[in-house]
Amino acid sequence: MSAAATGARPPAFPTNWPSRIAWIGLALYTIYATSILNLTWQRFVTGLDNGAKFLNRMFPPNFAADKLDLIGTGMLESIQIAILATFFGVLLSMPLGLAAARNLSPGWLSWSARGLIAIFRSFHPVIVSILFVKAVGFGALAGVLALIVSSMGFVSKLFAEVVEEMNPKQVEAVRATGANFWNVLIFAVMPQVMARFIGLSVYQLDSNLRNSTMVGIVGGGGIGAPLFTAYQRFDYDVVLTILLAIIGLIMLMEMVSNRVRRLFQ
Amino acid sequence: MSLLSIRNLRKEYRPGQPVLKSINLDIDGKGVTAIIGPSGTGKSTLIRCINRLVDPTAGEIMFEGKDLAKLKGQDLRMARRRIGMVFQEYNLVERLSVIENVLSGRLGYVPAWRAFMRKFPAEDVTRAFDLIDAVGLNQDFATRRADALSGGQRQRVGIARAIMQNPALVLADEPTSSLDPKTSVEIMELMTELSTKRGVPIVINIHNVELAKRYATRVIGMTGGEVVYDGPPDGLKDEHLKHIYGGEDFL
Repeated sequence: MSAAATGARPPAFPTNWPSRIAWIGLALYTIYATSILNLTWQRFVTGLDNGAKFLNRMFPPNFAADKLDLIGTGMLESIQIAILATFFGVLLSMPLGLAAARNLSPGWLSWSARGLIAIFRSFHPVIVSILFVKAVGFGALAGVLALIVSSMGFVSKLFAEVVEEMNPKQVEAVRATGANFWNVLIFAVMPQVMARFIGLSVYQLDSNLRNSTMVGIVGGGGIGAPLFTAYQRFDYDVVLTILLAIIGLIMLMEMVSNRVRRLFQ
Repeated sequence: MSLLSIRNLRKEYRPGQPVLKSINLDIDGKGVTAIIGPSGTGKSTLIRCINRLVDPTAGEIMFEGKDLAKLKGQDLRMARRRIGMVFQEYNLVERLSVIENVLSGRLGYVPAWRAFMRKFPAEDVTRAFDLIDAVGLNQDFATRRADALSGGQRQRVGIARAIMQNPALVLADEPTSSLDPKTSVEIMELMTELSTKRGVPIVINIHNVELAKRYATRVIGMTGGEVVYDGPPDGLKDEHLKHIYGGEDFL
């Protein structure tokens, strides 16, 4: 009796064939792509040799006063680009994110907002920067505009998701008091989503700082321009100084963002 | 004429499957009315139809001279201001302070900029403090965040929020179902006391038949989307309960 019952039971951990096939497929494709792109071991060793020479020419970093002056100005401009782009990008993301949230907005509005966000997200910041440099000319303005667009793409998309995950019961209770849409927004929605919105904004500032060092390469202002020039003139010691400055900035930002996030828990 | 009169109220979430089949009810301007009945019989739906958190399929809900079932937009919000609601899971805004939650009972009356700046009229703030006191919470709780409170304390805040509206009617949807037996009794005491003192009628959905009989002035028994008992609590006999809940093992 009990043996028969045991025999009838299904396995406790059945093999997941679709997942197994997917993993095997991934492994096979990796091998295939490696062979197609001619990524051989020999090529890698040749590359290493070149890399050693490159590293050798980077040391010691160049701390000459005129270089530091140039780097200082560039870094400062990058920071300004990042802060301005984050401020305006985040400010515009709030209404865009709310409009995109399906639990707050009517269908036509949330779909148009989602479409706009998808367009913002389609392009890498470098491509957006090139567009703005062509549109408004060289300089920091192009960089700021480009990073505003990429900030809006990221922050409003995630903000819309945060809004969609909020607790509907708290909203229902406030609506039941006869509050209008704006008061429901202020008293039931905002308190629930604000902390995570601040978290997203701080994360975006962090990411904008990194991106602002790059928009200069295509003419969008900031430290990117001197970095690119240094590469092209083979001034690898200056390149190293700039890289060290960027690392220092990002680490500093990490500490600041942790503090800010704790403030808004 | 009674304060609230419901006529032929019908609600179908899916066409052809009514949760409420032609409900007729009159609620007077005083007392505690308890609605009992098994889970899934439409008690919550009935209560939520009254303040239109759920839209009825057909029927009339006359309240202060208006048919709530037909109201929209501004008119609906004006009517909702007159109806307080207490929820099973309290539904406080967790990240707001106790006094902000209580003051949210005035959101139907204050413009958005005032709500945003927390510039509520001084008499509202005074009344909010008085109500925190009246529901048995220490004044120190006022600035504490709602998520720092226990279940019983949260429900007290929920009740204060409902009373803060100065409502003509309070609806309570299973207000004690998430609480322990002792706290449940305290919450029922509090609600009946406030109802009597302030002359506000309360309609309560409740699972606990003993509590219903003890505190209600009128009991409505529902089963299968219909009212099968409507009368005083001491008229409710075992045979009614058998009919309402089906079977008798639970008695």
